[in-house]
Parts: sequence; structure tokens; C-alpha cells
Amino acid sequence: MLKMTHLSKVYRTEVVETYALRDFNINVTEGEFVAVTGPSGSGKTTFLTIAGLLETFTGGEYHLDGVEVSRLDDNARSKIRNEKIGFIFQAFNLIPDLNVFDNVEVPLRYRGMKAAERKQRIMDALERVGLASRAKHYPAELSGGQQQRVAIARALAGSPRLLLADEPTGNLDTQMARGVMELLEEIHREGATIVMVTHDPELAARAQRNVHIIDGQVVDLAEDPRFHAQVHAARSPA
Amino acid sequence: MFAYYFQLGVRSLRRNPVLTALMIMAIGFGVAASMTTYSVFRATSNNPIPQKSSVLFAPQIDNWGPEDNDKGEPPSAMTYTDAMALMRAHKAQRQTALYPIAISVVPDDANMLPIMENSYAWYGDAFSMFDVPFLYGSGWTSTEDDAHAAVTVISRALNEKLFHGANSVGRALNIDGRSYRITGVIDTWNPQPLFFDPVNTSGFDDPTQIFIPFTRAIDLKLSTAGNNNCNKDPGDGYEAWLRSECIWIQYWAELPQSTAAASYKDFLTGYAAEQQRAGRFRWAPNVRLNDVMKWMDVQKVVPPESKISLLVSLGFLLICLVNTVGLLLAKFMKRSSEIGVRRALGASRREIYAQFLIESATVGLAGGLLGLILTGVGMLGIGLVFEPQIARLAHLDVQLIALTLLVAIMATVMAAFYPTWRAAQVQPAWQLKSN
Repeated sequence: MLKMTHLSKVYRTEVVETYALRDFNINVTEGEFVAVTGPSGSGKTTFLTIAGLLETFTGGEYHLDGVEVSRLDDNARSKIRNEKIGFIFQAFNLIPDLNVFDNVEVPLRYRGMKAAERKQRIMDALERVGLASRAKHYPAELSGGQQQRVAIARALAGSPRLLLADEPTGNLDTQMARGVMELLEEIHREGATIVMVTHDPELAARAQRNVHIIDGQVVDLAEDPRFHAQVHAARSPA
Repeated sequence: MFAYYFQLGVRSLRRNPVLTALMIMAIGFGVAASMTTYSVFRATSNNPIPQKSSVLFAPQIDNWGPEDNDKGEPPSAMTYTDAMALMRAHKAQRQTALYPIAISVVPDDANMLPIMENSYAWYGDAFSMFDVPFLYGSGWTSTEDDAHAAVTVISRALNEKLFHGANSVGRALNIDGRSYRITGVIDTWNPQPLFFDPVNTSGFDDPTQIFIPFTRAIDLKLSTAGNNNCNKDPGDGYEAWLRSECIWIQYWAELPQSTAAASYKDFLTGYAAEQQRAGRFRWAPNVRLNDVMKWMDVQKVVPPESKISLLVSLGFLLICLVNTVGLLLAKFMKRSSEIGVRRALGASRREIYAQFLIESATVGLAGGLLGLILTGVGMLGIGLVFEPQIARLAHLDVQLIALTLLVAIMATVMAAFYPTWRAAQVQPAWQLKSN
């Protein structure tokens, strides 16, 4: 479903080159639920934005659903984002001027779907996240957990093949986080491929597979001395 | 998607109401200033006879010479001698000499006072040359011109006044104590600018009410009611005036064939050369032949203040638009987060362009509606700047309403190009990371 090979991402300024990802390799198969973990600044979010075609990469290859995406133009990348990928962000990223219904409608609008089908899909998605009764509410009238559910409904409405979640519970309290996580698990059980970036080891443990990133590379936790050093540092008294 | 983007645009008017109000006011005032001055310019630069303006020509013959003419340009009117020579030569398909006269109509109704109206003496050809519309009857014939007949054509308004709108063709009309037979009543006809005599009217005047044959007017020794310019003393008496070098006649020739204008100019040059050989002109032939629109231009029918005020108001619109660029930029950049989300959810750059340009067009439409109201107010103030006969020509018609809205929308969309380009450059990844 998602395969990156020797992928690199370099941010260049006049004086310095910074590798956000370096010789990055990952293969996520269809139907997997993968948690991506790593310390701050390790490259998790860069990986997610490249995976979601929101950012280009400097070197290597990236196949998404069998398509090599590096040479695609903006239109083609937008089309793939719209049809194959669903995003769930930490900050929900709902559009404040649009009500719940209109927020969920946004990706469907770009697909050129007929009004009746759009409405059906929106209501199905809102039913799924338990917010059908809030369709006319604005984001500011909802709790954080409800806003994230709307964001999930928006991601689901287009029936994407791949769901990318960036710290989906990062802005929620424990109870709301649990609810959102249960929803993601339910979606996964129904066959969705999910890649979730998280700091939270408990959430990561609920995924099928964990991928750890350190300094822009996927590492095997058992063998990587940097991981042991981090664990040691974390356990040492301040 | 247009409807969707338009809907988003309407919603966005409510977002940042202060910014939105500033933009709408900037566009509204800029467009209103431009449209108000444009309405005057349009009226004064209008083609008064579009169907024939390229085949009607005003000839000029320099009978004054380099010492008396205006920087080498022949006088803008003609002497009786030259006008009659051209009429006799009959080189055009149709031709007429004409001049304004001061005559009074004495109504049959003893209770009514004599009526003095704008009147012209011209040839019967003029009615068909100038496409004068008739309500009843027609113009007089060339035979009646040759016979110096006591015939007349009156306006619809005068016919209403004298005959209560009834068909008065064949009836007698008392003009200055003489009886004239009415051959026709013209329908509403008031071409603006008044192309057939811009010299005596500056291009704008009330409609002409009475026409009589030129030949008849000369018989009656009627002087011009317009300008009479002489470069030397014409001598005493009407006959001496007719033979003098005083200029007071407008002349028009209809030359429908494409080659006819060149031939006619050759004829004018030949005529002037003949006058030179005869010793009347002591200079080389100096003639002009201008069609209607060129003649309007030569006569400076469009007032200079109209052009200047239009340019100033367009400059004002430009300044308003520059302000709008800044305001739109501020408005759009506040929504970087929304742009990032839309890009992430599948909007291409092209779709971001479309959304924000249509949103700008919505702002432009609102500005245009305000501009319409302000243009209406501006129309009331035109009379403070321009002559009343010009000011009353400026009006807010369907064409100007459409133009006002179109200019407002197009100008705002153009002003939105840079802010929209900036909006489309928003990197979704950075926006979403920063959130």
C-alpha cells in the first residue's frame, strides 16, 4: 500500500543542509495498522506529510498503492490525496466558518460528486462517529473529542484506502482519547489501512506494528544503541 | 464548483467584517467616481449616427489663407459662395448646406403667443442623409428646393403643441407672418452630439423644431442665428454679405462608396485651385474632408474637462485597487490554515485559485452594488461641474449599470491575482505542522 525505499528529505539553506529523513525505508501493507513513534524532531511528521503527498522528497522512491509518486504534478497529487488518503490531524483542522456537515463535505466537493451522493456519504460518516445530530453545529460549539470525531468523519467520507493520523489524541483528555482510539480500531477492523504517528506508547501498543524513527531513519528498537541511550536517559533521575 | 465557491465567497463577506467593509468601500467609491465621469464622457463622445457616420463628410475649404486661418487649418464653416458652388456641382450622392435661423411660429389659436424655436434652413436631401425619422409625411423634394417653396417640416413636440398630435401634413403654418405648407412631422430626433452643426452648438443643444428650405431662407434674407465670422468687412447689405468671405454655413456630403471620399477631396482641391487661378485665393489649395466622428474630434465636441475628470477618476480607481490588493492579501493570508486543510483534502492549486478569485469577484460584486448607488448620487452632482445641456445627457441606464458591475468585478479580480497567487503558494505541510 505504502512503500518508501531509500527515501530522503533534505531542508537546505545557504549555509546548512538538514536531513529530516535519511535512507528511510518502510513498507505498509494493505489493511495494516502501523504506529510510528519517535522523539520530537525525529522526522515522524515529515514522514507523514510526505506519505500524504503534502510535501515532496529529495531522493529515493515512494510507491503509493503501486504508483510512483515523485514525478506526479500538483493536479495528480491532489487527486490522489483526495481519493486515496484520509487525514486526521492533532489540531483537528476543521474550518471554523463551516458547520459540521460542510466540513465533512469539503473533500467530496473536490471529487465532483453529485449532491445526493455527497449528502448520503456525509450522513453515513457522521452516523459512524456518532455525530449525525450535530450536523448543523459549528466546530466552536463542539468539544475537542467531538471535533476530532468530525475530522475522522471527514477523513472517512471519501472512503480512502489509507488513513494518516498525526497524534490524533494529542489534544484530547484521556477519556476522549480512548473514544477516538476505539473508533480508529473499529475502522481498522473494517479493513482500512492506518498509519498513526504518536508519542504515546500506550496508543502505539494498540497498533498491529510499531515503527520507530530516530534521526530520520527507521530503527530496530532492539538493536539500536540510540534507543537504549534514550531509555537510559529517561529512567535516570534528573 | 462555481456555485460552491460563490457560496463560500458570500460567507466570507461576513468574515472579518471591517476588512470586508473597507474593501467594498474602496471598490465602491473608485468605481462610482469612474462611472460617473465615464457617463459624461460616453455621452459627449457618443457616435450620434453610427449607421452612417462613415459616409457623411464635412468638407472644409480654406478661403481665408495662412494669414487668417487657425494654424493652417481651414475655417470650420463655409462661405455662401463656396457652399453654393458645391451644391451646384452636385458631386456627392446627397448634399446639403445648412445654417441655424431665428424664426417664430404664429399659432392659429389667438390665445397663444408666437413661438420661437430652434430652427434650421437646409436642403431636402438632409432628411434622408441624416436618417431623420418621420411620424407623418416626409421632407420636401429637391424640386421644392429649386422652387424656393414655402414648405416646412416640424418636430413632433411642436406638432403636439400646435395640432395636439394630429397628422398636420398639408396644413398651413404661419412662420413670421408667411404661410408654409407642412410636408412632414418628424418623430423624436435629437442626435447627441448634434453632429450636423457642432460649430454653432458646441455639440449639444435642444432638439430642432422647425426646418425650412435653405433656398427659401436666402430669399427671405434670413441671417444666421449662429456664428458669423468675417476676416474683413463684408460691406453693406444682405447681398454683399452673401458674396463676402464671411463663413457661416455648415456643409455635408454623403459619399457611400469607399472611393468616393478620395474623389470628392480631389474635387475640393480642384475647386480651390480654380479659385486660386481666378485670383480669389492667393494660396495653394487647402481643403479637408472629415467624416462624422473625425469632425466631432476636430470640433473638440468632447469637453477637455470630461477627459481630464475621467483620467483623474481612473487614477482614483487604481489607488483604490492598490489598497484592495493589500486588504485582500491580509484577508487571504489570515486563512493560511484553511488553505492548508483544503490542499490536504484534495484541492489543487488551480482550485485554490478558482476559490479565491471567485471570492474576490463576490467582494467586487458587493463593491459594484455600492458603486451603483454612489454613481446614482454622483449623477446628481454632474451639473455642478459640466454645462447643463451636457449634464442632462449623463444617465444611469442598463448599459451603465452592467458596466459598473462588470468593472467592479473585473477590477477586483485583477487586484486579487497577487493575493490569490500567494494563497495558492501556501505549503499545506508547513501549515499543518505549525498547527
